[in-house]
Amino acid sequence: MVKSIIELNEDLRNEKIDSESLFNQSVKLAKDSQKEYNPFVTILDKYEKNDSDSLVNGIPYVLKDNISTKGILTTASSNILSNYVPVYDATIYKKLKEAGAVLVGKTVLDELAMGGTGMTGHTGIVKNPWDKSRQIGGSSAGSAAAVALGIVPFAIGSDTGDSVRKPAAYGGVVGFKPTYGRISRYGLFPFASSLDHLGIFARNVRDVAIVTDIVKGHDEHDMTSLPDDDKIYTKMLDQSVKGRKLFYIKEALENDDNDSNLSEIIDNFKNVIKKCESIGIEVCEESISKELLLALYPAYMAISCAEATSNDANLNGIHFGVRGEGKTPDEIITDARTKGFSELIKRRFIIGSYILQRENQEKLFLNAYRVRRLVVDKMNELFKKYDGLIMPAAAGIAPKFEDKTDKLSDKYLILDNHLCIGNFGGYPSITIPCGFVNKMPIAINITGRIKEDDLVLNMANKLEDVMEYKNQVAGGDK
Amino acid sequence: MRKVVIGLEVHCELKSNSKIFSSAKNGFSDIPNSNVSVVDMGMPGILPVVNKEAVRNSIKMALAMNCMVPDYLTFERKNYFYPDLPKGYQITQFKHPIGTNGYVMIDVNGEDKKILIHDTHLEEDTASMDHYNDYSLLDYNRCGVPLLETVTEPCINSADEAVAFLEGLRSIFLYTDTSYARSDKGQIRCDVNVSLMEENATELGTRVEIKNINSFSGVKEAIISEVARQNEVLDNGGEIVQETRRYDESTNKTYTMRSKEDAIDYRYFTDPNLPPIKIDKEWVEEIKSEIPKLHNERFRIYTKEYNINTKDAYTIVKDKKVSDFYEECVNLLNEPVLISNWLTGDVMKYLNRESLTIEEAKLNPIMLTDMIKMVIQGKINGKQAKEVLEKMLDTGKDANTLVNELGMTQISDEGEIRQIILSVLAENKNLIDDYKAGKKVFDYIVGLVMKTTRGKANPIISAKVLKEELEKYL
Repeated sequence: MVKSIIELNEDLRNEKIDSESLFNQSVKLAKDSQKEYNPFVTILDKYEKNDSDSLVNGIPYVLKDNISTKGILTTASSNILSNYVPVYDATIYKKLKEAGAVLVGKTVLDELAMGGTGMTGHTGIVKNPWDKSRQIGGSSAGSAAAVALGIVPFAIGSDTGDSVRKPAAYGGVVGFKPTYGRISRYGLFPFASSLDHLGIFARNVRDVAIVTDIVKGHDEHDMTSLPDDDKIYTKMLDQSVKGRKLFYIKEALENDDNDSNLSEIIDNFKNVIKKCESIGIEVCEESISKELLLALYPAYMAISCAEATSNDANLNGIHFGVRGEGKTPDEIITDARTKGFSELIKRRFIIGSYILQRENQEKLFLNAYRVRRLVVDKMNELFKKYDGLIMPAAAGIAPKFEDKTDKLSDKYLILDNHLCIGNFGGYPSITIPCGFVNKMPIAINITGRIKEDDLVLNMANKLEDVMEYKNQVAGGDK
Repeated sequence: MRKVVIGLEVHCELKSNSKIFSSAKNGFSDIPNSNVSVVDMGMPGILPVVNKEAVRNSIKMALAMNCMVPDYLTFERKNYFYPDLPKGYQITQFKHPIGTNGYVMIDVNGEDKKILIHDTHLEEDTASMDHYNDYSLLDYNRCGVPLLETVTEPCINSADEAVAFLEGLRSIFLYTDTSYARSDKGQIRCDVNVSLMEENATELGTRVEIKNINSFSGVKEAIISEVARQNEVLDNGGEIVQETRRYDESTNKTYTMRSKEDAIDYRYFTDPNLPPIKIDKEWVEEIKSEIPKLHNERFRIYTKEYNINTKDAYTIVKDKKVSDFYEECVNLLNEPVLISNWLTGDVMKYLNRESLTIEEAKLNPIMLTDMIKMVIQGKINGKQAKEVLEKMLDTGKDANTLVNELGMTQISDEGEIRQIILSVLAENKNLIDDYKAGKKVFDYIVGLVMKTTRGKANPIISAKVLKEELEKYL
């Protein structure tokens, strides 16, 4: 299953293979991977497919387990939803189903999509296919792993801060989050609604574009969804990028501690810039106030925790999910939530509630929104001059499990937290592999102007063409 | 005497085909959980979609209450845990209500009073819950029904004023056709804030909130009882504690629910799933143009311009359908008093007896005015008219048809009547003798004429002709 969507589509059309066999292959690979890497909450065993003439017709894929699938267990990797079987389909699932794509499984995430380690799901940690002692990152951990392992050619994830783009970087695959509103969120279990995006994993930019073309579009169920842009992104992938201009943020590339991995990443980035120049993209250095950059993560945490505490208030065990015990409704709800959430989640809910309290709103919640506004204003100003931002996707390679953290560390790296700019402004943002450091994949990220998904994909595709990391699979052929 | 200061928060369910944020039906149903969608149930991943009809109705009400309408429609979340609130938050309007700074004119025992409206805001209703000994049942039919909460300034000074305001408000809902506003179905509910002000005091006293009263009479009783309680506390040198109380109809008393310290912080914030929607000025004007003359304006016209007595005018404006019927009649026939007499008299009597609404009745304004015209023209007399009206209401046939069917067309031709009288007299010669002898048989003879003509003879002409004929014998 290391072939691309285009290749598989050709094989299917030429009847070299049939879709059910593809499904069975994927299921077998999924089951085989489960013990070592644990990417799945659910692996389906029943082959079901609609007929369509789309490019993904007959092609297996996986969904993150926070996407509503009627009749199929959807847990958000949380104990409180460990028995929850949705009664309706998410729009993205419906579109893929109609396009003939074949669902193979539901993948593990960090509980309720909060967290970036892939270690907090209720069914256990997800391991990095390139090195089992390392994280794949999260929260779309299982989806990233499934694509990196070659179980499926593409996977759906969700991205609130960097939850598609970071695990894509750590897993050596492509991860794309289109403009906010481009893909309907209807049926995506929310983390922080103003930041939540659906995203796509694949092993090359073209495959990502193919899937985006299928799942994008206005949805009457989602008032934040954009009107249709009537573009076919796949058709714009090969346009010339000559004369395009990108910038990077100088302050984010500082390496005061002389971290060796970071040095290699920065060296690699300089090479990527040369590659950009080789295809006609000019890359410039720009400066953004360090104060503002340092506020990214705290602002992100404030906004996301505040929205999450409200979004997840429906998880009370009364009308769905695991029911608590008690004599009064209060007791039942308290018991369900006490048992249903891990400590990390409770901590974030408490932070969120605290931030939203009447006496704290002005100082914490509204200031976080002001930071967001300042960041977006600054970006929009720079986007007048540039077609996009290009940066290393992360400040390091996939961390070891023992480095797990959900707290602000003393060592705060702007480079590890800049991806949430894409969520603050709802910008289209893509991560593509650009090399290896210590035998682990690293990636660069391109973030573009709002609604210019086509251009971001176009630039990423052209850049991918001049690098050697397209279609890579962890551990070689499968 | 301490001054009573009351503020009201009135929740009223708005009419719309579907719920405010989902496609489930907005309709009262006896079958629990039959009008429910995944959105109402707060299933993971659902998103709200605003119902334009509900917004339109809320704007209509805001305008009818003389409120300012904001440029953008926005919603906030009110966060708290309760099983009747499946999402764990209620979508409501906190920062920019659909209406602010308005007023409603009310009539308190014949005197006008302006009740100031702080704001009116659009929100979603919660599920309804029935509590039993060791379990509770939830019905999500009500969950997501559009609700308009109207908050007055603390400018109401008695239980009577409060009830007058509530009745006035309900009437606006009915006149604007934005709600059924039936308290027996829980469609209109009220929270009451009561405080007492010492004489000469400049600041309001400590406020006590009484939650969720389901009837107007309940509001009245709750206020009277709470005012008495507060007076007693103050008379005994005590202090009023700021708290939320509930009213128990069976004991007619209020009881503590929670103190100020336990007040819930609802952690309001803008709902990120509902982007601000521009409220088009032209749309607002269009909605404004659809607001009919309200009851107090009609009352003024009926009493001042039509010279209808206040009791009848009140009866007419109480139900917009009746008032509309009345106005249509007046348009057809410029006899406002006569029409009012028939409408508030025999028509209403019939409707009450048969438990019908004016809409359900088999009577339309054309039928009623045609009948009244016949009376005016002397084609039928008052007694006949009553019979015709009753038959019209029974059968839905028009006055002309009925008058023919009942053979009621009056004989007004003097010559014809004289012939009839002469033949009656010829057959009853003894009556002429009685008459001559001074006996009072005149009315009896008229009765005979009526009997012979089955009431068709015009009574005035008949009397005149009879008199002439009898005088001949004197």
